[in-house]
Amino acid sequence: MENSRRYAKSHEWARLEDDGSVTVGISAYAVEALTDLVFMQLPDVGAIVTAGESFGEIESVKAVSDLYAPISGKVVAANTELPSQLETLGSDPYGSGWVIRVQPDSVEQLDSLMNQEAYDTLIGG
Amino acid sequence: MSQRTPLAEWHENNRGRMVDFAGWSMPVQYSTIVSEHLGTRKGAGVFDVSHMGRVAIEGSQAAEWLESRLTRQVRDLPVGRARYTLITGVDGTVGKVQLDGTPVILDDALVTRLADKKNGTQRFILVVNASNRQRVVRWLEACLPPEGVTVNDITEESAMIAVQGPRVFGHKKDDAHEGPLRCVFEERILEQLAALPNYGALETQLGGERVLVSRTGYTGEDGVEIILEASQAQGVWQELVEEGGAIPCGLGSRDTLRLEAAMPLYGHELHEKTDPFSAGLGFAVNIDGRDFPGVEEIRTRRGESDRRRIGLVFESRRAARSGDQVMFSKNGMDFVCGEITSGSFSPTCERGIALAVVDRVVLEHECELEVLVRGVRLPVKIVSLPFYRRPRHD
Repeated sequence: MENSRRYAKSHEWARLEDDGSVTVGISAYAVEALTDLVFMQLPDVGAIVTAGESFGEIESVKAVSDLYAPISGKVVAANTELPSQLETLGSDPYGSGWVIRVQPDSVEQLDSLMNQEAYDTLIGG
Repeated sequence: MSQRTPLAEWHENNRGRMVDFAGWSMPVQYSTIVSEHLGTRKGAGVFDVSHMGRVAIEGSQAAEWLESRLTRQVRDLPVGRARYTLITGVDGTVGKVQLDGTPVILDDALVTRLADKKNGTQRFILVVNASNRQRVVRWLEACLPPEGVTVNDITEESAMIAVQGPRVFGHKKDDAHEGPLRCVFEERILEQLAALPNYGALETQLGGERVLVSRTGYTGEDGVEIILEASQAQGVWQELVEEGGAIPCGLGSRDTLRLEAAMPLYGHELHEKTDPFSAGLGFAVNIDGRDFPGVEEIRTRRGESDRRRIGLVFESRRAARSGDQVMFSKNGMDFVCGEITSGSFSPTCERGIALAVVDRVVLEHECELEVLVRGVRLPVKIVSLPFYRRPRHD
């Protein structure tokens, strides 16, 4: 269970990797709901992100949405190919559509996020 | 509880993403805004615009009376022609309408003249914005003359469908026979429609009911807007989509299409207190020898408005939004010189575009402009409007 995805209410996912970093992305449901993505703003490597606070933006034809960090820590990688290939977010949201990798301040923060079952209930309801 | 157009059920059953818009449950999109937008630019899109207000104005003195209510002349409007106009009135929206309040722009509208009745009764249809419909109707009713003119809100008993795009009429004489309208109208009517000029309108019959077809739209494309009985809407819509191959389009692409065509939207490019000249709407007011609410205020602004409507194109796909500030730098100082009225990603230009109103002086000095978008200053270029103009083939 430890390596499976966890979800924030704001529809970002987080996954603990073998090296102790946490990969962050946007759920398939959120990408589908946003549609018509045109622009994405990523943080720089080395930036500090705070759980529940904005770390970037994603813009669709209709609106701009903040991306909220599901976990606090330091950005160790950003998917810089993504902004020019936003369709990847829809085609492979949990793989090549990843957004940032974070070295977490505390891995335990993941426990406060939803597991798959809880998230499915959220978006189904 | 939102009002439902006669097509609401079709939208819901066909993946329409429904939202409340001006009190109506309307589809934003069915697939993606970009594909619906480009489908209209390249082929034919069909839009449910039944939320738009439709007001029938009739009477032996209807033309003269309407002319006293609208910023455009009406008496010289020929039968079978539509004209873009502003509707001025007075401020205040609740309670009894005060006829002597401060003049304001209540809405923009299309007024279409239909053929007189045999007894000489003059007939008009006024199409107004959904968000302003009640207030416009209340205002018109409040200033009706004692006799001779009636105002009848026919919005809820009718529907309105826009069919837009190069495939609707094509480029050659008989191309309309290949377009989606062939699935709705018999050949004789189709030829009459193909012969209509821009802003021409034809009142005809469809399945024994009256229908009004206008060579108008809100996309920058050729096409028609059809006003028909509510009971006929679903049948006509299905013929256009399922047999005619027109792409169902929601309000999302309607907005990006109208923005590329630089067509104004009430609440953005114009509002109650807008000076029509600085909003680029000088063509929509005829003030010489006229008497409508606010004509004096508008007259004093002619020639002295110090702001201008401009088009802006961004370098990136990122879009400014309504209310974002337009700025320029000089001698290390920043100055705010205007604001965005509408902005979006443009599917045709594949970058951000925006309409803005700026101080005229910055245009005379060719300042390098920037727009403050969510805390980031983005460089912009001023371009001539519209952003998109359909290719001409004649």
